[in-house]
Amino acid sequence: MDPTEHLFRRESGRMVAALTRIFGVHNLSLAEDVVQDAFYRALEVWKFRGVPENPSAWLMRTAKNRALDLVRRDRNIRRFAPDIESLLSSEWTLAPFVAGAFEEHSIQDDELRMMFSCCHPDLPEIAQVALILNVCCGFSISEIASAFLVSQSAMEKRIARAKKVFTHSKRLFELESGADLSARLDSVQRAVYLLFNEGYHGASSQASVRADLCYEALRLGDQLLGHRLAATPATQALCALMAFNAARLRSRVDQNGHLASLLDQDRTLWDIHLIELGHRRLSESATGCEASSFHFEAAIASIHASARNFEETDWSAIVSLYDVLLSIQPSPVVALNRAIAIAQAEGPERGLEEIHAIVDGERLLEYPFFKAALGELEMRTGRLESAAKRFQAAMALARNPSERDFLQERLRVCRETSPSIV
Amino acid sequence: MSDYLYLYRGGNRTGSPEDMQQVMQRWIAWIQDLQAKGFLKNAGEPLEDGGKVVRNRTTVTDGPYVESKDIVGGFSIITAESLDQAAELSSGCPIFDVGGIVEVRPVLEFNL
Repeated sequence: MDPTEHLFRRESGRMVAALTRIFGVHNLSLAEDVVQDAFYRALEVWKFRGVPENPSAWLMRTAKNRALDLVRRDRNIRRFAPDIESLLSSEWTLAPFVAGAFEEHSIQDDELRMMFSCCHPDLPEIAQVALILNVCCGFSISEIASAFLVSQSAMEKRIARAKKVFTHSKRLFELESGADLSARLDSVQRAVYLLFNEGYHGASSQASVRADLCYEALRLGDQLLGHRLAATPATQALCALMAFNAARLRSRVDQNGHLASLLDQDRTLWDIHLIELGHRRLSESATGCEASSFHFEAAIASIHASARNFEETDWSAIVSLYDVLLSIQPSPVVALNRAIAIAQAEGPERGLEEIHAIVDGERLLEYPFFKAALGELEMRTGRLESAAKRFQAAMALARNPSERDFLQERLRVCRETSPSIV
Repeated sequence: MSDYLYLYRGGNRTGSPEDMQQVMQRWIAWIQDLQAKGFLKNAGEPLEDGGKVVRNRTTVTDGPYVESKDIVGGFSIITAESLDQAAELSSGCPIFDVGGIVEVRPVLEFNL
């Protein structure tokens, strides 16, 4: 990969983090202005002189110098981070402190603080994810809006509200307090997983946009693993799960841009390095007595990743893992996936029985893949007419063009098998 | 062959990190292309916005304060057959993607 690919986006979150530490959370927009200014300067200088040897250090130095200028100019009229005000007030301590704030290890801590701060309990999960993408990952509002398929103005409002909560939170999240960190780690893990899933199953039809979201989630996962207290077994398991799924990214869409189900994916396209990473993380996650839902989801993903083809998948092992997962995370979607695994292990009739027995199954009525799963299994039992109706119903629920195309294709196969169906 | 000065004026300066990086990369590619084809005499330099304006030796003021669309952000010097060709060569400049302009000025020739 080109080392300068997405360089600005990557460095954006790092600079905002270091600057927010100095300026204080209430000055988030000032930090963002300084970053914008650093990018503008880079653009102006680099276009004439070329990209410097170490572009990241160049940007950091620019942001650091601008921060020093700003603090010197405004320290008597503006309040910066309250906990370091005394350090900023004297020339003896100002320059060393600001230099220290731009040291690599300090930036890493600040990035993590930002991520935890974005997962403020007053914010709904979806707003936490949007804020993380904007503040920690350098995505613009319009890029986030297009990834989530919502209007620019709706996303603007969502992020403005989230930033209000962020800037009123008095200070950045403290990592030193183990109890606070553990309490918020759950929401941070959930937000990272939601971000990953938005990329994996999400609404945007552009494969590149979605892959970017997945890679950002992997990067945030690595940041969590980099901190002693955040690198819990559950975090390891989450990172394993994301690595296994990310390994399949390239094969999820076929050469015509259509979604490919696990059955039809070209497994030679799976990324071996990510699968290896997944296995490594999964074995690292097997410590302590904590077994999170991520552990079981990652274990299921590891079985898929190890199977040479769909038929050779160890479906009965997958069913047992789903049994445990369902007991710790009772959700109709988990139950549906379990039923599909049972259909693979014990035949389509058994799968259909399990689907009809799902507790809270009515919550799936709006979910296109519930109807699609019924259609798929009915097709295998030869009840083609009923199956075709299921696919049609699923299509009416499709949330984006790629889902619609996928279901259309299943309907076509169903009709082909039995030409009498209209 | 004669020399021509490109003055880069105006252009939107904000955008998402990804957008700004892409504009930067298009600039580098464009300048390299002029270089490769032998049209570039001097890639030039970027300019700070502000400075001083000096009038009649004694009056020095901050400035110049002009509208942002008129701010000269930098310059390059190229070598071309004619003013028309110099103008033509500027058409690939990425400044047009961000709403700026290129002013093409022939360097005055002095032929004895």
